Amino acid sequence: MTMISNDNILEVHDLKTYFYTSRGVVKAVDGVSFALKKGETLGLVGESGCGKSITCFSVIRLVPRPAGRIVAGRVLLEGEDLMTKSDKEMNRIRGRRITMILQDPMMSLNPLFTIGEQIAEPIRIHQKLGKLEVWEKVKEMLRLVHIPSPEVRMREYPHQMSGGMRQRISGAMTLSCQPAILIADEPTTALDVTIQAQFLSLLKEIQQQANLSMIVVTHDFGIVARICDRVAVMYAGKIVESAATRELFNNPVHPYTIALLNSLPRMEVKVDRLYSIEGQPPELHALPPGCSFSARCPQVKEGCLKDYPPQKEITQGHFANCWLQS
Amino acid sequence: MLNFQPVSEAGETDQVLKRFRWIKMRRVIRGTSWTPVAILVLFLICGVFGNYIEPHDPMKTNLSAAKSPPFWQKGGSTKYFLGTDGFGRDILSRIIRGAGISLQVGFAVVVFAGALGGMIALLSGYLGGWVDAVLMRITDMFLSMPYLMIAIALTAVLGPSKHNIIIIMAILGWAGYARVLRGEVLRIKGSDFIKLAIVARAGKVRIMLRHIFPNIVNTLVVLATLQLGIVIIMESSLSFLGLGVPPPEPAWGSMVADGRVMMFSAWWVSTWPGIGILLVVLSCNLLGDWLRLRLDPKFRQL
Amino acid sequence: MLNYILRRIFQAIICIVGISVIVFLLAHLSGDPALLMASPDAKPEDIEALRVLLGLKKPLHVQFWLFISKAAQGDFGTSIRWGKPCLEVWLMRFPNTLLLGGAAMAFTLIIGIPTGIFSAVKAGGWFDNFGKAFALAGQSMPVFWVGLMLMLLFSVILRWLPTSGMGSWQHLLMPAFTLGWYFTAAITRLSRSAMLDILDSEYIKMARIKGVPEILVILKHGFRNAMIPVVTMAALNIVTLLNGTVITETVFNWPGIGRLIVDSIFARDYPMVQTCVLVSSALFIFTNLFVDILYVYIDPRIKYQ
Repeated sequence: MTMISNDNILEVHDLKTYFYTSRGVVKAVDGVSFALKKGETLGLVGESGCGKSITCFSVIRLVPRPAGRIVAGRVLLEGEDLMTKSDKEMNRIRGRRITMILQDPMMSLNPLFTIGEQIAEPIRIHQKLGKLEVWEKVKEMLRLVHIPSPEVRMREYPHQMSGGMRQRISGAMTLSCQPAILIADEPTTALDVTIQAQFLSLLKEIQQQANLSMIVVTHDFGIVARICDRVAVMYAGKIVESAATRELFNNPVHPYTIALLNSLPRMEVKVDRLYSIEGQPPELHALPPGCSFSARCPQVKEGCLKDYPPQKEITQGHFANCWLQS
Repeated sequence: MLNFQPVSEAGETDQVLKRFRWIKMRRVIRGTSWTPVAILVLFLICGVFGNYIEPHDPMKTNLSAAKSPPFWQKGGSTKYFLGTDGFGRDILSRIIRGAGISLQVGFAVVVFAGALGGMIALLSGYLGGWVDAVLMRITDMFLSMPYLMIAIALTAVLGPSKHNIIIIMAILGWAGYARVLRGEVLRIKGSDFIKLAIVARAGKVRIMLRHIFPNIVNTLVVLATLQLGIVIIMESSLSFLGLGVPPPEPAWGSMVADGRVMMFSAWWVSTWPGIGILLVVLSCNLLGDWLRLRLDPKFRQL
Repeated sequence: MLNYILRRIFQAIICIVGISVIVFLLAHLSGDPALLMASPDAKPEDIEALRVLLGLKKPLHVQFWLFISKAAQGDFGTSIRWGKPCLEVWLMRFPNTLLLGGAAMAFTLIIGIPTGIFSAVKAGGWFDNFGKAFALAGQSMPVFWVGLMLMLLFSVILRWLPTSGMGSWQHLLMPAFTLGWYFTAAITRLSRSAMLDILDSEYIKMARIKGVPEILVILKHGFRNAMIPVVTMAALNIVTLLNGTVITETVFNWPGIGRLIVDSIFARDYPMVQTCVLVSSALFIFTNLFVDILYVYIDPRIKYQ
């Protein structure tokens, strides 16, 4: 998906992040490319272990060292390649221009510091504001994420908050410097179902207000349907299909995408057995040659085992890597 | 004695596990990390066959050669390889003989303390009830005593001798084994195969000996190996103070003490025995750690 | 909670009683206490008189009771060697041991904590591996040898520090370091594992995501959290330092209660030996008790063990 155009706020070209372990080289991210337009929400979908989270961490260059290393690729943030930046420059970019919220709200906040202190921290680092202005900003952020009585909450500690509130506070913490891009790594997985919807609405609301571009990592197609404009499906470290959301739901092309969508239980259709994809995801340190999905693909051909399929544009903006499309 | 932590969570043990353990043992031996074992074997040989390999009689004094340095220093010779002490006794021979002493005492203490501790753990853990309560109180009492102080006091009164310190250290040391092994016994007690044995009307003693004991042997062996090092350090500390194995026997601790007054003139007298202790104890620790990993990966940090 | 506290207090008392019995029997164990305490050239009548004086004619349990009741009032008898009440002698030397212990603790924390943290931050690096090897070797060395080797290096070869005795801060350095030897290894290991655990957590990732400079991430976010278990453990184990004083004080001729017991043993000053063992043990046990009870407040899960 190499559309080099001017309204792309983020472009990732052939990103590769490998982990060097005693069992071999784990190719967690193996040639991932995508683009994010300004104000757009991109969903990154796939099973656990397919590399979606590592992709996001690689974009902001927070790969766990020494085992992990970004071995190749370019990440263009508004035209600048983040791979060429120094650590100091990256520290200035993180939190201010591109930011992230994590899956587990319980552990995302430091138990020893107050909420206010933790929200104020990035403000103090990235912006030159006076003391009072900082606290005003903190209160403003708390109001933005619909936390009532911000002056009181500011002085409280994380363990005094509920899960939903903590996730919103994570949002407040990361959005305080008006970043251009927010990456949300499974933001609602650890929340109660009733809170999930609330949180997603909040994200959408903030996005509209601030013209925020978002990447949402999830394994839940429901979330994709709700808030994503485009979707990219990942498998074994690579993107196998990407399209606008509606297009993907209506016209999936890659057997893996089809299988994923089939395994979603539907209200109108009664089935005896839920559909599940046979087999297991491959070991990332011992990938077979050819298409990584070939072992489990119901439509596998002989050619699939030899080389990895190149990217094909199915319709406008809809791409897939599959030999069936050649 | 160091405070042991109880062994961790319950796993499922089975009658088959008894046999399985011997299979694991064979695998263990094939994949052994050899350095600590080699060092220990070396010292064991010194200990057992010391009389035959020592270059000189460790007790024989030779005042004309007193305080000669190791062979690479001026005034030294290869005759007295590591030098001599204040009485002209060959250090190397004394170290070889001393290995025997340390290992003798070490093994004896570990065997006695381990046996006593294991027995108490079996009784306490399996019989439960008031037996358990009483035995555990006693164990706790022994565990919370300041080990070294009591050992010193007892040795002082009873007189320093090899036998005495073995008995004293064993008496002060069994509690650590008892606490840990009791935890193991409790864990195994709840297994199905024990219940089966009870249903089959096996007697208590039989159950304890034939069913429970073989399953705690692993832990016992690991503990014993780690404890061996600790006991050797204890014994050398007591000997250093003059309350351990008495002269003229060349206990390593006493050798270090001997050399203390001549640090400025004859540094080697204190140095070599200490290195001996270091090597043996280090090997015990390495071996014990390695055994722990191989025999019982769920073993928590001691 | 109260149950646990009462149980622990009860345990402590039983322990003290047990030790008192041992201490009391010490003198009797090796034969006639009067013989032990009399000077070598005493005449039989003198020894007999000594026996009466010590109340040795009375039945054993009466003697024990007298011993206990006097001890409870602070009368531990008179030291043969010093000619003063035993307790007074002990109290005179105790502050020296406290000083040594405090210095040892300071050394332990100053050396152990940064080493552990640095090992954790650069986990797997050469410092870490070196540290692990060093700790393992360190644990395998007897403390008295460590002390002597230090003396060899710093007093004999380099001539920077005095070999023994108490006096200036130079006198304090080596003994304090030696006393804290084993404990330093333990603290280092604990700091390292605590820090590693913390560095794995989500809020550390969040701090980095926010753009906090790495140094601040480690010191502000990591360190504070990691120190909780470390400081707790340090406090709990203060008492283990006491155990090591016997050896260290002997090696460096430090005039504390550790050396007192050894000196008294060789001087055959049995009242002093009894006092030392009993008082030091009681101190040890009650400090442990106090710390255990305190810990229940810090971590209520303990009482369920």
